[in-house]
Amino acid sequence: MEGKKRPVKLSVHPSRGLVDEKFTVLVQNVPPGFQLTVHALHQCEDGHSWHAFGHYTADSTGAVNVAEDLSLGGTYSGVEQMGLLWSLRPVPGSKPGLRLRKMNVQTPMEVTVSVFRGHQTEGFEDQGPLVSVVVERWYMAPGVCRIPVTEGGLTATLFLPSASGLFPGILDLWGGGGRLVEYRAALLASRGFASLALDYMTPKISLETGQMVENEYFETAFRVLQQHPQVLSSRMAIVGLSLGSSVAFQLMIYSQVIKLRCAVCISGSHVQPAGGSVKQTLDYLSRNSGNTCFNEKNELICRDLVLPIPTDPKLKADVGQLRCPLLLVVGEDDQNWAVSESAVDMKQMMEQAGNSHLLTVLSYPNAGHLIEPPYSPHTRSSNFRSSVDNSFVVLKTLWGGETVEHSRAQEDAWRKILTFFRENLYGRGSALVSNL
Amino acid sequence: MQNMQVVVRRLGSARGVLSVCQWPEKHSLLRRLSAKAQSPRPILSVAPIRALVDEKFKVSVENLPPAAPVTVHSLHQSEDQDCWEAYGHYISDHRGTVSVSEDLSFGGTYSGKEPMGLLWSMRPVPGSRFGLRLRKMDVCAPMLVNISVFSGHEGFREHTPLASVVTERWHVAPGVQRVEVTIKGMRGTLFIPPGLGAFPGVLDIWGGGGGLPEYRAALLASHGYATMALENFALDDLQGKNLDLNYFEMALDKLKNHPQVISDRVGVVGLSLGAIFLLYLTAKSPTFKPQCCVSISGSNVWSSDNTLKGVYKTLFRKFDKLRLGENDSHIWQDVGLEFIHDPTNVVDMTQMLRSAGKEHLVTSVIYYDAGHLIEPPFSPHFRATAFKVRGNEQNVIMLWGGHTKPHADAQEDSWTKILTFLKQHLYSSD
Repeated sequence: MEGKKRPVKLSVHPSRGLVDEKFTVLVQNVPPGFQLTVHALHQCEDGHSWHAFGHYTADSTGAVNVAEDLSLGGTYSGVEQMGLLWSLRPVPGSKPGLRLRKMNVQTPMEVTVSVFRGHQTEGFEDQGPLVSVVVERWYMAPGVCRIPVTEGGLTATLFLPSASGLFPGILDLWGGGGRLVEYRAALLASRGFASLALDYMTPKISLETGQMVENEYFETAFRVLQQHPQVLSSRMAIVGLSLGSSVAFQLMIYSQVIKLRCAVCISGSHVQPAGGSVKQTLDYLSRNSGNTCFNEKNELICRDLVLPIPTDPKLKADVGQLRCPLLLVVGEDDQNWAVSESAVDMKQMMEQAGNSHLLTVLSYPNAGHLIEPPYSPHTRSSNFRSSVDNSFVVLKTLWGGETVEHSRAQEDAWRKILTFFRENLYGRGSALVSNL
Repeated sequence: MQNMQVVVRRLGSARGVLSVCQWPEKHSLLRRLSAKAQSPRPILSVAPIRALVDEKFKVSVENLPPAAPVTVHSLHQSEDQDCWEAYGHYISDHRGTVSVSEDLSFGGTYSGKEPMGLLWSMRPVPGSRFGLRLRKMDVCAPMLVNISVFSGHEGFREHTPLASVVTERWHVAPGVQRVEVTIKGMRGTLFIPPGLGAFPGVLDIWGGGGGLPEYRAALLASHGYATMALENFALDDLQGKNLDLNYFEMALDKLKNHPQVISDRVGVVGLSLGAIFLLYLTAKSPTFKPQCCVSISGSNVWSSDNTLKGVYKTLFRKFDKLRLGENDSHIWQDVGLEFIHDPTNVVDMTQMLRSAGKEHLVTSVIYYDAGHLIEPPFSPHFRATAFKVRGNEQNVIMLWGGHTKPHADAQEDSWTKILTFLKQHLYSSD
């Protein structure tokens, strides 16, 4: 179609969304039956480029609606409204082992969505698209306040849903990789929960003293959050992922100070010295380091570190003592922690103790370890900085999961996590009973 | 991130206004403890939380007691520091939910099923100055609107809100570029959609108030049109200077020749005095040749000597017929600025086109009970505002007319029609 051609029209709604909101991508004004590629490009904070694309054929009105039409191929296929985000991957030629994470949540993630002529699979950077728009994806809703916290020796950030009003409080714990990771707490605040993101692996105090934090550090964090004038002291919760879940189990069962309405543990296990500190848990795991192995791609698999699940009660957090609802989110293809086996064992312990009505397990086939907010690109393996004998090494680590199913799990789990928090923290606080 | 705590400068009925515009920052320990530990807390949500000003949103409240009377309230502080508000009275259903998109408002600043009533029915808060008009001059920053839910209907302001969120309303989509231009010493602003491509273009000509409001051009660029907002002459200037219609011709040329504009896909939009000029130029000028025209609240009044000075004289020749309306506001209907709800002028134009064999080219949309200032959708309606005229030192209050609900409907409907019209002629035509 050369000569006088009609300009292609592209629109994405909303053009500024929260990261957990869906968008609609609409292409119009192309000839009926026209073959085109819808392409997404994002440059992350580390300067790496990520892209995703789908192949479409315009209908008889000369339009393509990504939410309703079939992608015939690309980085995703089928009817996938959000495929342009969750199937994002490093562009060809990128460094291996990358992971996409937003560390500065005060600015949006910017994605350029474009339309290219034909069904293209490469060379996008060399051709001009027919049309492009810019889409913003935000972790922070308007009005959310971000407040760095150093009180009590903490390295933390508090996110409040707004400058006025009273809100339930959630302590947000990430895994053994450390750093102050804010994006989930920011998103929870955007959904109505005062949230404290806490760095417990690499906080200032540990960097200065060379010592890992003790359980008092977490109790301080909990207290600081609970006593904030805008936080409802009787409506508190914890969310943890990976090692953060281990910490969460210790706190919710053994701490005298911490009283929770509910807890969410993602990709976690209760296997650890009962009532122990983070250091004791890591030492226990190190002693089992002979259980780790490498696959054919030389990726580290750690899932056997906690296997077999011990029968000795001193080596497991006693979930039979729990008095609040617990939501477990597990990926059945988790290659980093044996989460499925742990979940089965926790259920058995709670049934024996008579509190299994507090437990909900969301178990996702072919989902891996890194169950992140929805539409985050799936990371099957990446370079991970972990502690080995008091020093840090970087190893390519296998997290697991198949991209399509992992992405569905992220979307479904987030919705259920929010519902769980709303019912327990905004509702009457009754226990949930469902094993999905 | 700025918050919505504002202090109103003019405190007419002081206490009442303060309780609307300023929430207490700290909550006493006693209050926090006494917030009943077991009772559900309301959840207010607005989706999308960031939107373009012509996009709809859904406001809903959950976790209320069943059949509870509540008031959903919106609050905005304008660039001029005035506070604007709207509110609707609702009753929650058996699940304790209120959905502004689905439920009926039983009163407030709007009633009935009005998903966007919280925006278009906004008016200055009690105690404000008279004759205010809400216009966004800095279109690159969003309009912040605070949406809250209060307990009760009458006297809802006496309480602290049950929940509150801030929503952003934008005139520009991400990536839209803003470029200042000058043509013959007059100002224009060009808004270009993101991306390298060439786009259809629109020339946007304003009315006789002078100045350069950019919001319609910014919005059109967000819909894929390279749009130039053009400053029009203030009505004052028509008398004084020796002004040249060539200015508009040059502007259209400049737009057509821009590297990112497809020169044979350029249209013109004009409001009020801008519409008068564009209709004249399109009919008479050999070089002013847009693909299509949109005239909003315009007229085909002209003067036989074809100068701006002549137009001014024509417009004001009947000035002695000036009528005074409510509150001594000026009614200019008999003078020449015909209101869109008076179909006489439209009929006149249609007849002229018919006798030239070109009636098929025009579509006229008449909105009864709408006023003169038809702005983008969900903008508040101004029945009468301050307006500068004839080099007078004082402002007069101009009665634009219209009733709020029909005017809001006209804005929403006309904008959809304008976008469809522009798309048909500038995007879809071959």
